[in-house]
Amino acid sequence: MLDAGAPPLVQVEDLKMHFPIYTGIFRKHTGDVKAVDGVSFDITAGQTLGLVGESGCGKSTVGRAMLRLYEPTAGRVIIDGDDVAKLAPEALRRKRPTMQMVFQDPQASLNPRMTLADIVSEPLDEHTDWTRDRKLERVYELMDQVGLNRRFVNRFPHEFSGGQRQRIGIARALALKPRFIVCDEPIAALDVSIQAQVVNLLEDLQEKLGLTYLFISHDLSMVRHLAQRVAVMYLGRIAELSPSRDLYARPLHPYAEALLSAVNEPDPELAARRNRIILKGDVPSPANPPKGCNFCTRCPKVMDICRNVKPSLAEVEPGRLVACHLYTPAAGSTGGSEANERNQQGETR
Amino acid sequence: MAEPAASVLEVRDLKTVFRTRGGEIHAVNDVSFHLRKGELLGVVGESGSGKSVTMMSLLRLLPMPPAEVRGGQAFLNGRDLISMSDEELRSVRGAKVGFVFQDPMTSLNPVFTLGNQIMEPLIKHMKMSKAQAEARAVELLELVGIPDARRRLYQYPHQFSGGMRQRVMIAIALACDPDVLIADEPTTALDVTIQAQILELVRELRQKLGMAIIWITHDLGVIAGIADRVMVMYGGQIVEQAPVRELFANPQHPYTRALLQTIPRISGPRDARLKVIEGQPPILSGPLTACPFRARCEFRHDTCDQLNPARRPIDGLPLGKGHDVACHWHAPASAEVAHA
Ligand SMILES: Nc1ncnc2c1ncn2[C@@H]1O[C@H](COP(=O)(O)OP(=O)(O)OP(=O)(O)O)[C@@H](O)[C@H]1O
Ligand SMILES: Nc1ncnc2c1ncn2[C@@H]1O[C@H](COP(=O)(O)OP(=O)(O)OP(=O)(O)O)[C@@H](O)[C@H]1O
Ligand SMILES: [Mg+2]
Ligand SMILES: [Mg+2]
Repeated sequence: MLDAGAPPLVQVEDLKMHFPIYTGIFRKHTGDVKAVDGVSFDITAGQTLGLVGESGCGKSTVGRAMLRLYEPTAGRVIIDGDDVAKLAPEALRRKRPTMQMVFQDPQASLNPRMTLADIVSEPLDEHTDWTRDRKLERVYELMDQVGLNRRFVNRFPHEFSGGQRQRIGIARALALKPRFIVCDEPIAALDVSIQAQVVNLLEDLQEKLGLTYLFISHDLSMVRHLAQRVAVMYLGRIAELSPSRDLYARPLHPYAEALLSAVNEPDPELAARRNRIILKGDVPSPANPPKGCNFCTRCPKVMDICRNVKPSLAEVEPGRLVACHLYTPAAGSTGGSEANERNQQGETR
Repeated sequence: MAEPAASVLEVRDLKTVFRTRGGEIHAVNDVSFHLRKGELLGVVGESGSGKSVTMMSLLRLLPMPPAEVRGGQAFLNGRDLISMSDEELRSVRGAKVGFVFQDPMTSLNPVFTLGNQIMEPLIKHMKMSKAQAEARAVELLELVGIPDARRRLYQYPHQFSGGMRQRVMIAIALACDPDVLIADEPTTALDVTIQAQILELVRELRQKLGMAIIWITHDLGVIAGIADRVMVMYGGQIVEQAPVRELFANPQHPYTRALLQTIPRISGPRDARLKVIEGQPPILSGPLTACPFRARCEFRHDTCDQLNPARRPIDGLPLGKGHDVACHWHAPASAEVAHA
């Protein structure tokens, strides 16, 4: 279905998003929360990259900085040929329709005083000079696409179920025919029985409209279901970026390994045989990350070098990028190999 | 009529109704179950199916009004909680039954140190001196894996991470050596790695203390990993109940079956498409006169619209002992037998 040679629609290079910390009565700049600290990846057109990792590791910040909902501190974000991180305001306004976001909490992201029609056509008001009728026609078309009954067009958000509200959010994101959508935990707030509806819808739309997704989630089973490739983040950096199939079969980074071993499989037989890696302690603060590897304070396989030298993300097997000294041949040389550090276009499933 | 002594808690025909301006909501409809000594009973079900309200009704933790426990009994070691005076019940809460609420941030008081909050029930219920309570509090924090416990005792909730706060909640619930621990979605808000720490802790505590535990969650993966027995709730009633392996291997209720099929797996073949449960959960505006799952059920037939199916054993064992299900499709001819 997808050819491995397809060019990337999205290329992120060394993206950084630091939030300044001000303290004292003079609001002195005393440090930075390094929420995203040098992240690089590509996404092939029409594919899904999963972004996983523990709460606070910087997943949402990556998505927001990519769409310029934040002003990135450094790095390039090339989406369909334009470096979004550097676009001037007017050019950015014209770019906006092509890149959209679906948010975690369908309740909070919809204005309770607006009807479904108002909500879905809001981006059309902003970016088109269409007549009322033409906009309404588009709203109906979108409602059909996401499976909302046309009779609901004048209802308010509270009159919908969680799954339906998430469909409204998706319809709005689709209004301007985007090519790239950041889905930030789009199913986390939904009941299990409703999650599958929304995931199937996202897949159908991808197939029909050729959409490219960054799918942010802490649900590793769902990411396996949806994504061709998966980036595992830890404390602002990517620990491993691998084709989904390889990652789930044999994670390489010790953090990826621990994370996957902690997932609870809904199968009592398997659960009894499972070998869990229980990580000790808590995630360090992104305002004060450890020297060396970010994961060194909790890593079961930590070595001396890990406490001093930051490993860089490098291709250690075809299509698999890992930032870990276990896989760097000459542990000790700080630079890593720049040639390998660039994100490779991974093989697809 | 009493259960064998091995039952710590026995709930019979519990019925809880909310009286709201929009009318009544029948949140818990004749729920019966028991909990054995040392057992971990998992409770799963749709959001709004009555899991929390059932457990909170037992300890009178609901706002009354609008809540009203309209019937039923709940024997804790033979004494009925439902008919107890408020004062008697206060001595049960915290001392005999520990409750871990879903959101640790809202249930820990931000203006008191953690030590204060752990020691309070010890001084109140166990009549300990301050020094004794302090020693016990340190012991409890160590038990739940909080390093440097003595210093941590004098810190405030905001100084702890989410996972640590959740462990502190468990420490508080365990403070007075309760016979029963009720944990309502205790790990839902946590990351999988922190969740794994907590689940490991619970396994250890069961071995060490032999406590009986009720664990509410929507995460079937968690249930598969820690429960001995599972109750599935839908529409304010128990629709299926079985030992954990039996339930996962041989689910009977169409809701349980569908639920197990909607979740993708982390290993094995990747499903091309996820199965969905179409439709909405029922609005519980009155007593159930038909099957609450019928509108979403692929096996619906006439009887389902006319009669709410009773729970019925599928293995000939007494109700609650083996595997039972409330479904006409499963037993169309003998739906009423279980009332006998
Ligand atoms: N506007 C902001 N100002 C300061 N710090 C921020 C801001 N936004 C996020 N952070 C911090 O950056 C880090 C990453 O946050 P982010 O929301 O990206 O995490 P996440 O991986 O999406 O977590 P979750 O899974 O909980 O949604 C956190 O430590 C957070 O506290
Ligand atoms: N204070 C209240 N007033 C009115 N109705 C209530 C109140 N609390 C709960 N309910 C209703 O009681 C029913 C059962 O709620 P309950 O909280 O027990 O569900 P649950 O199974 O725990 O769901 P969840 O998985 O979302 O926690 C729901 O229909 C809910 O709307
Ligand atoms: Mg987030
Ligand atoms: Mg609940």
